[in-house]
Amino acid sequence: MQNRIDQLFAKKQHGVLNIYCTAGFPQLNDTLPVMTALQQHGADLIELGMPFSDPLADGPVIQDSSTKALQNGMSIHTLFEQLAGFRERIHVPVILMGYFNPVLTYGVEAFCAKCAETGIDGIIVPDLPMAEFEADYKPIFEKYNLHLIFLVTPETSEARIRKIDSLSKGFLYAVSSSSTTGKDKDMNDQQAYFERLKKLQLTNPVLIGFGIKDKATFDTAASYANGAIIGTAFIKAIEHSKDIDKTVQSFISGIIQQ
Amino acid sequence: MDIAINTGNSRYQVDKNGYYGRFGGAYVPEMLYPNVEELQTKYLGILSDPSFQQEFEALLQDYVGRPSPLYFAKRLSEKYKANIYLKREDLNHTGAHKVNNTIGQILLAKRLGKHRIIAETGAGQHGVATATVCALMGMECVVYMGSIDIERQAPNVARMKMLGATVIPATSGSKTLKDATNEAIRDWINNPVDTHYILGTAAGPHPYPDMVARFQSVISEEIKKQLLAKTGNAHPDYVVACIGGGSNAAGAFFHYLDEADVKLVAVEAGGKGVHSGFSAATTQLGTIGIIHASKTLLMQTNDGQIVEPHSISAGLDYPGIGPMHAHLYETGRAQFLSATDDEALAAAYELSLLEGIIPAMESAHALAKLKDLPLNTDDVVVVCLSGRGDKDLDTYIRHMNK
Ligand SMILES: Cc1ncc(COP(=O)(O)O)c(C=O)c1O
Repeated sequence: MQNRIDQLFAKKQHGVLNIYCTAGFPQLNDTLPVMTALQQHGADLIELGMPFSDPLADGPVIQDSSTKALQNGMSIHTLFEQLAGFRERIHVPVILMGYFNPVLTYGVEAFCAKCAETGIDGIIVPDLPMAEFEADYKPIFEKYNLHLIFLVTPETSEARIRKIDSLSKGFLYAVSSSSTTGKDKDMNDQQAYFERLKKLQLTNPVLIGFGIKDKATFDTAASYANGAIIGTAFIKAIEHSKDIDKTVQSFISGIIQQ
Repeated sequence: MDIAINTGNSRYQVDKNGYYGRFGGAYVPEMLYPNVEELQTKYLGILSDPSFQQEFEALLQDYVGRPSPLYFAKRLSEKYKANIYLKREDLNHTGAHKVNNTIGQILLAKRLGKHRIIAETGAGQHGVATATVCALMGMECVVYMGSIDIERQAPNVARMKMLGATVIPATSGSKTLKDATNEAIRDWINNPVDTHYILGTAAGPHPYPDMVARFQSVISEEIKKQLLAKTGNAHPDYVVACIGGGSNAAGAFFHYLDEADVKLVAVEAGGKGVHSGFSAATTQLGTIGIIHASKTLLMQTNDGQIVEPHSISAGLDYPGIGPMHAHLYETGRAQFLSATDDEALAAAYELSLLEGIIPAMESAHALAKLKDLPLNTDDVVVVCLSGRGDKDLDTYIRHMNK
């Protein structure tokens, strides 16, 4: 079967909305209700965060969601249990995002096998460098038809962007500014970088993430790329939600017109 | 004095990919790649530049007060029936070995054109040493420190502030060294252009473990000369050092790594007992994984979550060890022991009363294992006395009446 991420970009090249949420947050068993609501109300892609004790690339909001999820009892094992059979209900592509240590401890091959069996389409591991991926893990990801999605930043050189583009599958995750997640840096300052990325005519679709928080920032990002990723703003929205479905509906309708 | 540049093909030194055996590497998010890559490509060139070496050596001599003495501890030797020498890193300016590294890195930062410095600190010794060199060079300094450590090392917090540094509490996780390091790395991600991160131990992404080890290698370089002058033999039977991330141990071992007749002993913090659930004895409790962008041994759950360690000593309260040490452990080149909080306290009191030297809580862990080494009367033992105990007086006084 063609990877669902590729299927998505084959039919939709503009305004793709990817929403990040931490698995097991705000409550342990909210993972599937959140995913279901995201699909229902118009997210094109779901990025599920696997919580980690030491999330180096994350700002306070996602850090706290991670801590909360761990306190709730979330683990990779529990996540796979929760996800068993989810493909009967959820058809949008799903990406797991997490730091390398828990994946390494789980076993990279065992992890990939389990992802394939469960119906996961792609993985983002921000602290797995391209060189190590290429040397040690690429064939494993390919064997299970899992796309490894790499990040590029405003400081990434053109040569390296091209190399990353050649190793990435699914899409490229363009970090809007050199920062941890959830930083409010002015998006207008980043437009030259977005422009530069656009001109590179990369082979992979590009989604812009970090600092996308509302309709205005989403539209700006989406005008330069195939779409954008929202994380911190969504975590804030659902943190104290009494009704997940309603919260997700109003959040997404604030971003895109149905 | 010079920085070890040519390390030949030692099997204990870093390889060209930044690994020690299967440990090491640079598992950094893309946001940090340019910074780390810049360091990787430039550090050896800068360190081997004669003008850099001159400046480094002059500061070590005139500002730090090197060479630090190698002191024959007569009464301690009588007690343990061996010849025990103390490498007096406690006599350095700022009171610990940490300054050897911060002098090196601030000179490097200048050559990289950086003007803002960040650092993590546990005991506060590295924070003080960083604040000191920043004052010396007129650079902005931000130090991250776990909020628990801010409490237990109050004098060092005051020193950093007096030296003009901004101390930012790390309030996540265990609120100790691991979390301070996370915050420093996050700061670096957010300030990629003008900032150099002065990491304080032989851990973190390549090239830090190697770079820090080279700056600290002055310790064993001096031991060799001093011991030769004192005993006619540059090789002791044992070199003993405590190990948090592993910088003083890396420095004390460095020039002996390939000398098989010298036994290397690293002492980890056993906390309340290795299996008490309150320990920082990484080699005994750890498995391979990634911590602070390095593949090394670390304490973690079955699910790959990093465990919160415990040690009475803030400088050893770290759930990992640097990759060089993981390799020394795995190859058996160094022996790894652990000392409990109580053993370290007893050793600190013992050194104070026998030799008139109040050691840092960290260094006391190394001293605590003298009683467990199978020493002969003609054995020569060098203990790296990594720091002085002023910062720990509160802890010592609290335990004085027990
Ligand atoms: C006096 C002293 N010794 C030892 C250490 C442990 O660090 P390392 O293992 O890097 O030498 C510290 C750390 O703060 C320290 O202050």
